[in-house]
Parts: sequence; C-alpha cells; structure tokens
Amino acid sequence: MSVELGHFALILAFSLALVQAFFGLAGSYRKLDNWMAASCSAVAGQLVFTLFAFACLTAAFLRNDFSVLYVANNSNTELPMFYRFAAVWGAHEGSLLLWLLILSAWSAAVALFNRTMSPEFTGKVLGVLGLISAGFSLFIITTSNPFERLLPAALQGADLNPLLQDPALAAHPPMLYTGYVGLAVPFACAVAALLEGKLDAAWARWVRPWATMSWLFLTLGISLGSFWAYYELGWGGWWFWDPVENASFMPWLMCTALIHSLAVTEKRGLFKSWTVLLAIFGFSLSLLGTFLVRSGVLVSVHAFASDPSRGLFILIFLTLCIGGALTLYGWRAERLKSGAGFAVVSRESFLLFNNVLLVVAAGLILLGTLYPLFVDALNLGKISVGPPYFSVVFLIPMLPLVLLLAVGMHAGWKQARFTSIRQPLVITLIVAMLFAAAMTVLIFNRFSLLCFVGLLAGGWVLLSSLIEPFQRLRAGHSLSRGIVAMSLAHFGVGVFMLGVTTVSTYTIEKDVSLNKGQSTEIAGYQFTLTKTEPVSGPNYEAVEGTVRVTRDGQEVAVLHPQKRIYRVRTSPMTEAGIDAHWQRDLFVALGDELGNGVWSLRVQYKPLVRFIWLGTVIMALGGIVGVTDRRYRARAAVQQDQAQPVPARS
Amino acid sequence: MTPRRRRMLFVGLILLAVSSAAAFLLTALNGNVQYNIVPSDVFAGKAPKDRTFRLGGMVEQGSVKREPGSLQIQFDITDYAHEVTVRYSGVLPDLFREGQGVVVRGKLVKATNDMKDGQRLMIAEEVLAKHDENYMPPNVAESLKKTHDTRRMQETAVTSQPPVNN
Repeated sequence: MSVELGHFALILAFSLALVQAFFGLAGSYRKLDNWMAASCSAVAGQLVFTLFAFACLTAAFLRNDFSVLYVANNSNTELPMFYRFAAVWGAHEGSLLLWLLILSAWSAAVALFNRTMSPEFTGKVLGVLGLISAGFSLFIITTSNPFERLLPAALQGADLNPLLQDPALAAHPPMLYTGYVGLAVPFACAVAALLEGKLDAAWARWVRPWATMSWLFLTLGISLGSFWAYYELGWGGWWFWDPVENASFMPWLMCTALIHSLAVTEKRGLFKSWTVLLAIFGFSLSLLGTFLVRSGVLVSVHAFASDPSRGLFILIFLTLCIGGALTLYGWRAERLKSGAGFAVVSRESFLLFNNVLLVVAAGLILLGTLYPLFVDALNLGKISVGPPYFSVVFLIPMLPLVLLLAVGMHAGWKQARFTSIRQPLVITLIVAMLFAAAMTVLIFNRFSLLCFVGLLAGGWVLLSSLIEPFQRLRAGHSLSRGIVAMSLAHFGVGVFMLGVTTVSTYTIEKDVSLNKGQSTEIAGYQFTLTKTEPVSGPNYEAVEGTVRVTRDGQEVAVLHPQKRIYRVRTSPMTEAGIDAHWQRDLFVALGDELGNGVWSLRVQYKPLVRFIWLGTVIMALGGIVGVTDRRYRARAAVQQDQAQPVPARS
Repeated sequence: MTPRRRRMLFVGLILLAVSSAAAFLLTALNGNVQYNIVPSDVFAGKAPKDRTFRLGGMVEQGSVKREPGSLQIQFDITDYAHEVTVRYSGVLPDLFREGQGVVVRGKLVKATNDMKDGQRLMIAEEVLAKHDENYMPPNVAESLKKTHDTRRMQETAVTSQPPVNN
C-alpha cells in the first residue's frame, strides 16, 4: 500500500512543481504577492511529498518488499540492514529520486533564505527551480519509476551489486548529488537575473554562498568517490578519467571558475555576463553528466542500466534547459554591462586567467569524453580516449593555473602593486624550489622534471597561501573569514598537488606470485605471505590472506587482503589490505589462486597518497569557512551602502 | 586601461587559449586515441602493427592455460569468428573468467613456434574486465550481429542484456 502512496506522492510533487513554476514566474511578472507566496508554499509541499515518496521507497527496502521491482533487483534478505538503507540510491531509479529530493531541499532553502532579495527575484528563481523539478519528476514518473510493482512478487531479491556494498555508498552519492543539484540554484539565479535584466553586487553576494556550498559538496563528493575507488575497486588507482568521473569533474571545474568570477562581480561589478554564462554552463554540465551516465551512451566502469528512452528524455530536457538559458542569454546579456576597468596586473586579470584556464580544462575534458561519441556517430570506428590523453591535456592548463595562483592570491583589486609582498613571495619560491629538489633528488633518488615542477608549484602555493594570514597576525590584525577561507582552500590545493605529483611519479607496483612463507620486497619493505584461510561474512565467503610487512627486520604492519565471493551475485570482489601512514600507503591486493597454494598478489608502495584526499578536505574546509561568513547574512538594509560598481564609462 | 584595450586583451587571451588548446589537443589526441579492435579486424589487417591497441572480445571457453604457481597466463580472445591468443603476466581483474567479455591492451608479436599456423599472438600489458557479469564489449556485440549465426544471435541476446544494476 505504502508503495502506491509513494508513487502518488511523487505525482503530487510533480504537480506542485508545476504550481511552483507557474505562480513563481507569473507572480513575479504581475507583481502579485499572494501568487509568489503560493509558489513558496508549493516548494514546501513538494519537499514534503518528495520526502514521503523517498520514505516509502526506503520502507520497502527495509521490509524486503520484493513485490517492488526496484527492491527485488537491488536487495536481498541477506543484505545487512545498513546497506538496505543505502541501497535506496544504489541504482538508477532510486538515485534519481534522491536527485529530486535534494533539488526540492535546495528549493526550500532558497524559499527560506531570501530575505535580502526582492520577492520578484525570489519568485523567478523559484519558478525556474520549479521547471527543473517538474522536468525531473516527469522523467522519473514516465521512464524510471522506482515504485513499479513486480507481480507475482519475487521470493528473493537479486541483491545489491557487491561493488556497492561499502559504507561509502551511504555518503558518496548523496554528497555528490547535493553538489550537482546545488548548481541549479546559481543557474536559476542567473536566469532570473537575465529575465530581470539586472545584476548588481547584491545579486552576486547572494549567489556566492550557494555556489560555494555546491562547490564544497562537489569537492567532498568527488574526493570520497576517489577514495572509495582507491580502496575498493581501483587496485590502488585513485582517478581513472572514466566518463562518469569526468561527468562530475567538469561541473566542479566550472563551479570553481564560477565562485572566482562571482568574487569579481561582487567586489568590482565586472565579469557580469561571464558569471552568468558560467552559472549556466555549470548546471548544463551537471545535466550533461546525468545524461551521459544514465543513457549508457558511454561505456564506463560504472556500468549503469542503459535505456534509450531515458537518454532521449534527458537529451530533450538538456536541450531545453541549455538552449533556453543560452537564448535568453543572447537576448538579454547586453543589459548586464560591466562598468569599471582594471589594470593588466590586478586581481581581476589573475582571476580572468583563472577562469579561462579552468574553462579550457573543462572543455578539454569534455572533448575527450565526447570524442568517441562523435567518431562513432561519423562511422569512423570505435575508439576510446584513454587516461594518457587526459593526463596530458589536463596538465597544460593546470600547471600555469597553479603557478599564477601562488602570485595571484596576493594581487590587489584594480591595480596590483606587489611592493609589500615581493620579498615573501620570492622567499617562498626559493623554499619551494629547495623542497622540490630535495624531494626528487634526496628522498626519492630519481629526478623527473615534471615532478620537480609539480612539487615546486604545489609547495609554492602551499607556502604562499600562508603569507597573508601570517603577515596580518604579526601586525596584530584579526583575520576575516574571507581571508581564512581563501587561504585554507588554496593551502588545500597545494597539499593536493604535492600528493598527486608524488604518488603519480614515485608509486612502486609489483605483481608477484607467492606461496605461503615466501616474500617479496619493494621500497625497502618486505612483504611475506604467512597464511591464507577461508573466512565468511554476513553475505559472502572469502579467502583472507595474512601478509606481514617488515622493514629492516622490524614489523611494520600485518595486512589482511581478502578475495570475496558474494553468495547471491557470485561475483568475486577484492578487498585490499592497506597500511595507511601520513607519508605513504602500503597496499596489498589478493589476486587468484594460481594452483599449488600459490597466490598472485599486487603489492604497492604509494608515497603521500593521503595528501590527495587531505588536500580536498582542506579545500572543502575553506569552503565551509567562506559560506559561514557573516557578510552573507546581512539584511537588506545593510547592503545598500556597500560596493556599488563604478558607473559605466563606455 | 580603457574598455577598448581591455576588450582587445580579452579577445587576444581567448584566441591564445583556444589556439594553444587546439594545437595541444590535436597532438594529444593523435597519440592517445585507442582504437577498439576485435579479433576479426586483426585478421583483416586492420590492427596497428607496432604500437599498443585495445583488443576486445570474449575469453574463449577452455582456452585459459596457466602453469601452476606462475603468473604467466595464456588465453584466446574471440569474437566468434576469429581468435587471437593473448599472453599476460600479472594479476587478473576480479571478473576475468572464461566466457567473460574483456578488453586487453597490448601489442601484436610474431607467433611462437609452439603455435599453430596462422595463429596470432598478443602480449598484453593490461587486462580489463568490466564490473558487470553480463558485459560484452560493444563492438563485439556488433560484430556478432554481423555474423548472422542464429545460435550466436541467441547467445548475444542472453549475454548483452542491459545490466539490472549500476
């Protein structure tokens, strides 16, 4: 019964989304306060009904209701309770429902925190969000209904994909989707600004926290996904340039560009139409990502259920969204004139470089991701663009970006003079150089130019981000949240760079075959396979190896890699044994039994690999500090006297 | 800076970015595009001679050979029309087994003496199997369709069903 109620609630949510869209947009044009208020109520209703639908689906999972097709396909009575809960978004239909739930939560947040903006503007924003919401709920109802019945009911479910049976499933998709869908808010604001033909500092100040929020969720979501892949699927890899990864990474790049461009728009009233364009592209790319992932046009390790009708629906939706927004942009962008000018050497131009480079990076990744599709469509053969392409083309815009960042974050607005900062910048550069040289030559004993440059850039950004807080504190000034946020985020970039550079240059990997008692050695560590024994988990059987790691005769760790066979799907899974340490990970994965009790093993030494995720967490921390800045909570009355752009001179 | 000069700077920057991007792109794409080849292409002479490429197909039933205790493994990849023998040394992916769709990255080499006449040999650097029991490389499925063998068509129908799950 509750399943039908859930379905019904979903249809109600769809109707309310239409109500929200109509009253929001029409109300703001006709300036009818009660219509706009109706739009807000529709948002609340939509959230309640989507939440209810979601709860119904969750209940079906917890009860093992195999008369629901989606549950029968993705659950099993043996599945532990925790995974039954997370399995709700373990596959296509449920994850789209999560998408919708998150969108309605964001819409509700917009309806709640709109005090500083005019009701007309809020009405338009809610109207646009309502349209997106209506489109998505229609998509779920017509092509991917999670409440579809399976009659007669299955006696037992097909189980959740073993690959997904990991605690990270509970956090990674919701986090990533929150970021993905959060980009709908800046998108809606950009469209609303185009409709109003007005974009001022107050607009930018209002949009900034929304963009930063989705950026920080995207950052954490992607990072968590990468970490998950590292210990679960990747045999020690942490990024594969898989289409699905790219689908999340491109919006991240756009969003990063957007939050920087928004800063210029707020402080200086510049880059207005560019900001709007970035907001449109950001959300478009997250829709495109959904399309690529869901339609199955691209083959990826994420092996999603593919269904052409789903793909077609999203493609049409995508065309309407992007096409509509860009048409509106072409028609109205003229009105968003930017006034003031700036010198060649100024924070504005550094941020311009930042934006251009980030967008170029996103474009290159987009090209690599879609290239196989084009080639196939033109009948030129089936190709795949491999990681080598992405690693090369991604570095080209990124290295200059990071080097410019080290200097750019100290540039002043309008015209930058580096008089007070020149000395610390040079000192930090020299220190970073010495550090990079020491790392490559002394510690790892193998010089590589690319690695040297990477370490230099990472080290420089890391140190450079500390200059400003350090100088301020020494002069007895307090630190504003803005500065702490910026310094933290950029410090995180530095940490990330150090991790990526080191791990990609100095990883040592070896496939070996070991019998009990035999050992192998990498990077000075001795790995000995002491035993293999069968163990069993709640819904799987496994062989567990015990690998003793020693260095100079001293025991470092005892690792327990497993080879699991899940009972229902009978697919084997590798659980790596990892010894984590701040400066290196030792990674052991059990391969197959090769006969005569000999096992194949992959052993890896991964220096500084933890810095990758540590860096992203620090970046996200910077985002959190930025979002909680009190400036953004200022009431309408306060904002009047602030940072109005210099009048137009053109 | 006047708006006019600023606009010029802006346009110049974008031109610079786009042209350098295009230049790098072409070189990068040229070197890194991997053609997905099936065994029939190898026999039709369409496979690259001296560089690595990706060969897709199903692992032939009963073709996997391994000396007990050794990392060295040999198996045949088939698209049900032709087979290519593959040799690999290393850890195999979880889902590698006979009858499973795999993609192998490697180079064609001269057949060794112990092999039959006309047999082709690839030394693999990497073996990928998809995390999905029903996976079949798309062009294998296509090449299967072309063979018009009803028995095999049925097999395709079974094996190329879309996965139920992500």
